[in-house]
Amino acid sequence: MINQLGNYSLYIALLISIFVISKTSLSLRKSSITLSGNIFSLISVQSIMVIISFLTLIYAFVTSDFSNETVYNNSHTTKPLFYKISGTWGNHEGSLLLWLLVLTIFLFIFIVESKNLSQRYRTLTLFFQQIIIFGFLLFILFTSNPFSNLFPIPNEGTGLNPILQDPALAIHPPILYLGYVGTSIIFSSALAAIISGSINKSWASHIKKWVLVSWVFLSIGILLGSIWAYYELGWGGFWFWDPVENVSLMPWLCLTALLHTIFTLEKRDIFHSWAVILSITTFALSMSGTFLVRSGILNSIHTFANDPSRGVFILCFLFILIFLSILIYFFYQKTIKENLTKPYLISKETAVLLNNLFMMFFLSVVLIGTVYPIFLEVINNEKISIGPPFYHKLLIPFLIPFLFFMAIGPNIKWINDKIGKINFTQVSIFIISIIVSYFFVKKYGVSYLLSLPLFILSIFLFFITIKDFFGKKVNISQKISHFGFSLLILSILLNGVLSKEFSSNMKVGDERKFLNKTIKFESIKVIKEQNYQSLIGEFNIKDENNSLSLKPELRIYDQPQTITSEADISSTIFSDNFLVFNVLKNDGFYNVRYQIKPFMIWIWISVILISFGGLISLKKKNV
Amino acid sequence: MSKNIKLTSIVLIVLFSFFVLLKGLDKSNTYSPELSTTKIDFNFKAKDLFSDEEIFLDDLIKNDGMSLINIWASWCLPCRDEHAYLLNLKSLYKLNIVGINYKDSEINAKKFLKELGNPYTNIITDPKGINSIELGAFGVPETFLIDNNSKLIIKKFIGPLDESTFNQLTKLIK
Repeated sequence: MINQLGNYSLYIALLISIFVISKTSLSLRKSSITLSGNIFSLISVQSIMVIISFLTLIYAFVTSDFSNETVYNNSHTTKPLFYKISGTWGNHEGSLLLWLLVLTIFLFIFIVESKNLSQRYRTLTLFFQQIIIFGFLLFILFTSNPFSNLFPIPNEGTGLNPILQDPALAIHPPILYLGYVGTSIIFSSALAAIISGSINKSWASHIKKWVLVSWVFLSIGILLGSIWAYYELGWGGFWFWDPVENVSLMPWLCLTALLHTIFTLEKRDIFHSWAVILSITTFALSMSGTFLVRSGILNSIHTFANDPSRGVFILCFLFILIFLSILIYFFYQKTIKENLTKPYLISKETAVLLNNLFMMFFLSVVLIGTVYPIFLEVINNEKISIGPPFYHKLLIPFLIPFLFFMAIGPNIKWINDKIGKINFTQVSIFIISIIVSYFFVKKYGVSYLLSLPLFILSIFLFFITIKDFFGKKVNISQKISHFGFSLLILSILLNGVLSKEFSSNMKVGDERKFLNKTIKFESIKVIKEQNYQSLIGEFNIKDENNSLSLKPELRIYDQPQTITSEADISSTIFSDNFLVFNVLKNDGFYNVRYQIKPFMIWIWISVILISFGGLISLKKKNV
Repeated sequence: MSKNIKLTSIVLIVLFSFFVLLKGLDKSNTYSPELSTTKIDFNFKAKDLFSDEEIFLDDLIKNDGMSLINIWASWCLPCRDEHAYLLNLKSLYKLNIVGINYKDSEINAKKFLKELGNPYTNIITDPKGINSIELGAFGVPETFLIDNNSKLIIKKFIGPLDESTFNQLTKLIK
């Protein structure tokens, strides 16, 4: 019964969507359309309908209502309540419903918070946003309905993929989606602003908030995914250049470029067309992300819920949106009043432009690395897989100048600055960085050709961003974000260079030597938990001064039968001790992997700092 | 005029991507051939570990009887464990064992064989791992028992051989 409630409310939302689209489409031609109270209340009803259907699905999951096919496929009565709830969006149907939920809520918020802006702009944004909502509603209702009935009603569900039963992953999709869907508002509003001819400073200062919100959520979403991969997948890494990870990184890169462009547009009234192109691209990338992950066209370790037959729908929808935006861009291009004063070479404008160029380069590398295998297979029938070496080779040489410009860029003034006065502090910091990195590289014998310049510049950027905190100009949010970024690069570098790994087959009682430490496999315990059985190994790692005990786990889930391994990680501010073990077929032996990963925690902290900077900027009236 | 060229070229690129992706959807997206079809194409060329010559895998599984294809690597710890079983199969049953050295360095591979003995009649190298994936391997070690005449896979062992799989194998060979 309650199942039908969710289903029908989605149909009502669809009807509202059709009605609103036909009403607001009038404003494409006429410029005097105003947003009547009726439409506003319809939008509210639509949001409420989607909320109801989402709550219905959660309710079905919580009460383990197996007459619902989605619940049957993805839940089980023995699952803890928390994972029953997070199971709602841990599958294809539910995750799309979540997309839709965020879409409608964001639209509602947009309409409310843009009250004192031009009516035409608001109506047009509403129009484009409703097209997206309409597409998603069709997709959900006709290809992946979360409310399909099963009869006769099964007694028991088939369970949620245990690898997804993790707290970080439970909140990872909602956060990431907030970021993705935020870009849809940017897209709709950019199109609306082109048509109504209002790409200008005030548009920039309005849409800036949405750019920041999406950017902050996207950053945190990516962080959570990465933390999950680190803990759960048991490889001891945090970024694998896996296609699914790349797909979330691409909109982020584009959004970062947009963020800087929007600030410049707001301050200096330049880069109009570029801001529009970036807005469209960012959303296209977010949608392609959904397409690539959901259709299963990618070959990735974590394509979970996918179904190629549904891919055709998202693909067509995605390309309709892309065509629509290309056409609108070209037809209304003349309404964009580009400010044709040329910026001076040495100015903050140039610095922002450089930032954008680098972002576009990084984006193209990631895009090609992700999409090329698909194209190659279709055209040439050849299978390849592109791994980290590709990205490292292409990105690192360009990261070096990028870090340099990032260090000096923010200190250049708007409009026109002089190169004549060489900043004494900057030069001395640069010299200090050279000395520090020279000794570091020498001590640890890093032989990689580019490592010395890479170290020099990341340390340079690190010092400069610290120094900037004591500067006169107050733009604390930018300082925090940039400092976070320099910290991120530095921790990744140190982590990469100083990590140590040990791997061996051991049985209980064995002892192995590694560096100056002794690793002892002390005992193994079996514990029965609510929905899995757990094998807990006890390891002791000793060196001269202290001993550390680590307890990695192997979980044997019943529903569905799967084994997952949970690494035990002991984190200090200097390094992580990471230990994971796995069953071998031969009785009694376990494959043990022990890793020392320095500065791991700083990678997480730095991303939090980066996002925190964005949050502060959101709070302030004038950035 | 230039605006039209821009528009057309962008539209063409987008259309092209659309059709490629659309076609990509039809393709099976997993890199392992289906398990239900046990007929596999062994007709590919690869380098021999010791002689450095390019040889066809097909030529190594000729004549009557059966062959064993074993995918291994010196860096793979379970391979070390199963090695004794392979040596036994070679010495006790005179089985033709073809090794595929998966994503390995030649020096390490040779060292490994020197240390533990060489059960293989021939070893071909697969430095990129693509041939092994094409054969349907999930990882190392993996072992296929093959009928030489029909080139059909009789049995596939995923993971290292152990006591029970060894017994299964010996029964199948007799």
